[in-house]
Amino acid sequence: MTAAQIVTVAAAEGSPAARRRQGAIAVLARNPAAVICAGYLLLLLVAVAAAPLLAPYAPDAEDLTHVLAGPSVRHWLGTDQLGQDVTSRLLYGGRSSLIDVLVATGTFLVAGVPLGLLSGYLGGAVDRIVSQVANVLFALPAIVILLMVVAIFPNDDPVAMITLGIIASPGLLRVVRGTTLALRQELFVRAAQLSGLRTAAVLRRHVLPSLAGPIIVQGSLFCAGALMAESGLSFLGLLRPDSTGPTWGNMVADAANVLGQDTWLLVPTGGIIALTVLAFSLLGDAVRDATIGRSIGSVPLARQLTKPSAAASVPQPAACRDDLLVIDGLTVTLEGVRLLTDVCLTVRAGEAVGIVGESGCGKTLTARAVLGLLPPGARVASGSVRFHGQELTTLTERQLNRVRGAGIALVSQDAVGSLDPTYTVGSQLREVIRHHTAASRRAAGERAAELLATVRLAEPEAILRLRPYQLSGGMAQRVGIAIALAASPRLLIADEPTTALDVTVQQEVLGLLADLRGRLGMALVLVTHDWGVLAQVCDRAVVMYAGEIVEEATVDRLRRTPRHPYSAALLAANPQLAAPGRPLRVIPGRVPAPSAWPAGCRFAPRCSRVTPECSAQPVQLGAGVRCIHPMTTGVNQ
Amino acid sequence: MIRIAARWLVSSVALLFAVTALTFVLASLAPGSAARAVLGANTSVTPQQYAQVKRQLGLDKPLPVQYWDWLSHLLHGSLGNDLFSGQPITAALGTRIGASLSLIVATIVVSGVAGVAFGTVSAVRGGLTGRILDALTVFGFALPSFWLGLILIDVLAVQARLFPTTGYAALGSDPGQWLRSIVLPVLTLSAGTTAAIARQTRDSMLQVFGRDFITALRSRGLPLRVIVGKHALRNAAIPVVTTLGVVFIGLLGGTVLVEQVFAIPGLGEAAVTATSSHDLPMIEGIAFYFAILVVIVNLLVDISYSVLNPRVRMAP
Repeated sequence: MTAAQIVTVAAAEGSPAARRRQGAIAVLARNPAAVICAGYLLLLLVAVAAAPLLAPYAPDAEDLTHVLAGPSVRHWLGTDQLGQDVTSRLLYGGRSSLIDVLVATGTFLVAGVPLGLLSGYLGGAVDRIVSQVANVLFALPAIVILLMVVAIFPNDDPVAMITLGIIASPGLLRVVRGTTLALRQELFVRAAQLSGLRTAAVLRRHVLPSLAGPIIVQGSLFCAGALMAESGLSFLGLLRPDSTGPTWGNMVADAANVLGQDTWLLVPTGGIIALTVLAFSLLGDAVRDATIGRSIGSVPLARQLTKPSAAASVPQPAACRDDLLVIDGLTVTLEGVRLLTDVCLTVRAGEAVGIVGESGCGKTLTARAVLGLLPPGARVASGSVRFHGQELTTLTERQLNRVRGAGIALVSQDAVGSLDPTYTVGSQLREVIRHHTAASRRAAGERAAELLATVRLAEPEAILRLRPYQLSGGMAQRVGIAIALAASPRLLIADEPTTALDVTVQQEVLGLLADLRGRLGMALVLVTHDWGVLAQVCDRAVVMYAGEIVEEATVDRLRRTPRHPYSAALLAANPQLAAPGRPLRVIPGRVPAPSAWPAGCRFAPRCSRVTPECSAQPVQLGAGVRCIHPMTTGVNQ
Repeated sequence: MIRIAARWLVSSVALLFAVTALTFVLASLAPGSAARAVLGANTSVTPQQYAQVKRQLGLDKPLPVQYWDWLSHLLHGSLGNDLFSGQPITAALGTRIGASLSLIVATIVVSGVAGVAFGTVSAVRGGLTGRILDALTVFGFALPSFWLGLILIDVLAVQARLFPTTGYAALGSDPGQWLRSIVLPVLTLSAGTTAAIARQTRDSMLQVFGRDFITALRSRGLPLRVIVGKHALRNAAIPVVTTLGVVFIGLLGGTVLVEQVFAIPGLGEAAVTATSSHDLPMIEGIAFYFAILVVIVNLLVDISYSVLNPRVRMAP
């Protein structure tokens, strides 16, 4: 989002914090795991607090006639080696365990939140000092400090728990600091500052509400850890003497003492610790998912892979013998929404065809659909893609892999981003060469250097040893082209290959593509929004708008006499090709989102020649143009 | 490389200083000082005896001087003597470090392999498989290690008699027995660590799957196993290595409990004994050993960063 957009959004929707919170609570209430965990913890707290009322026996009431009894009506969870009722002891023991957790968590919050807030909000020297201290504290082996404190203050729970809270607080401090820092940048806080609120008021009203989510997450996860540490220490007998009554930890220790004779005692004593830890951590996870949401890009790879489409639904016409690629009636949908509608495109061997249009028209999607590289969730609903007569839409990912690289190769817009940052250029080239041919390591190395020379990179041997971050954009794109050429494809799909490059480098890369096509005799599909690029490389082109092809013709004809009003408007908006002396015309409006495409002519809302019948029904492609009022004369009239 | 070494040296010295100074300050806060711990609960101690013990232990000097003395002894390879046995602490701990390291290193290896495998499968497959693996990691986190250890002892040692219930054999003396003696403690420690590593691997992998070069690799016709096993894994590895480092530090705490459960004579067991007998010099010594281990692990983590992503070498 641009700054301007953020302003609009912030102004329209008020404090994002408030919005986020409402949403989060609703999301949590619908999450059964969160409800169950919260319910369990609440129930546990009440039960433990009401232990004297609920417990059937006193925690230390011994009954030596019922020693180590399993669960029964009299003793729901059995008895221990002194015949004491386990249920009652768990209820009483929970009091000391949970009070310890509360003390530790209270300390954790008091130590972490205010310092994190100030550090993130004030920045500067305060931030540097607090962060440094937190870093050192973070690196300390916590257990040592804890044991030291326990050794010095034996049998003193609160001191141990306060120490635990302090040792863990840098984790919370970092989160609070980071969130505050991000919030400070957000406009609504800055606006509040400008309107004259004092720092304390800004923090309380605007920052704290947004921090609630992360703090609850950290607090909940810390409760899980604190309970684990508390029960561990009391299992070791380091927290308080047994004589002061049961704790969950020392009950497990009791169970350990009779391990050879009785197994059951282990189950309820450790089980309640595990359940409670589980509840705290699941609750923390649920709050995190509800407030922050899952990280982006989180689509399992298996879900991204191509699933073969049911069948090619368009009857196969008698193809021309030298038709290399035939896209026929291709329709791609995402969750029922059509992203591409009835796209038809034929590429003959050795031919260069362009796909031109604004962003969001489906150019890239069309190019990638050929290779079965659709975005997650998108699928081919109907239509067919044939390469050398072989239907591609019905192939599995594994079968497609035989076509990818060797038959059809792809060059993308983001050249550096298309290379794996951790491997050298040479390693990535050799990998593709050796995968597609039976070349030895040595032969592959030679071929790699050869390919770099083919794309006119000087000193190929040196470049083979470089890694992607050491390449300029132009060099990276040449490497990308070299990798695409590695298995001698018959068709190269170049998706905006020069858009991200400097103008001079653009010309070199375009020249290279045109030259390679001539020399290697491969066909080229070039996706671009730039008529200059199109004119330089392609013979023929299709113009796409809103997921449809609206016009198809030779590049020459398209430039001289575009027939679709969109082609004409696009051409008129192009700085290099606009008639000199005339103002550059901008197409009003923007490409609508796929779910909002009109039923009739999709360009109608932006078209200058629109009439009522344009919106009546979908317009068919006829004589190379999808328009009921095609232009018959040139763009300049 | 020099930059990494320098950065490591600075942070290591800072950490060692912080740990030793902090333990020293804490020790000085002790209401009943070391002298009192040595003299025990004997109430008939005269003030003269008390002063004499204090002088013997050097506790009559100001705190910074005590710390300085301790540091200069350290430079001569001495951590002082055990309050009770009078044995040098380095000797007492030197025999124990092997046992603890056996557990920690084996756990790192087991949970590293298992965690990366589970996390990768979860990230690649998603769906039901992913959900089951994710649920397992949640359970792995929630099991208290001392409890899990007892259950394993009960099921696999007491009832199935597959492993010894407790005890430890040194690797040098009897490798077969050593292996049998560490299986259960390592399994116990691995539950939580495998969960932590699996979760980090999954998150980190999923993030990599959203990057452009994954699509680019697919467009070159490379099979899934190469894309995942060679490219995605290496790109996802840095946060996973960071987690391994954190897990290692956590395992120092884990050994304290697990060595106690399995009666393994390691540093953790010594720490518990020293804690319950208020043997502060011994705890200071253990703190120093632990801090040294942390410092070494930090170096290993830093080195693996630069191997995994050469760009780190260039970063300031």
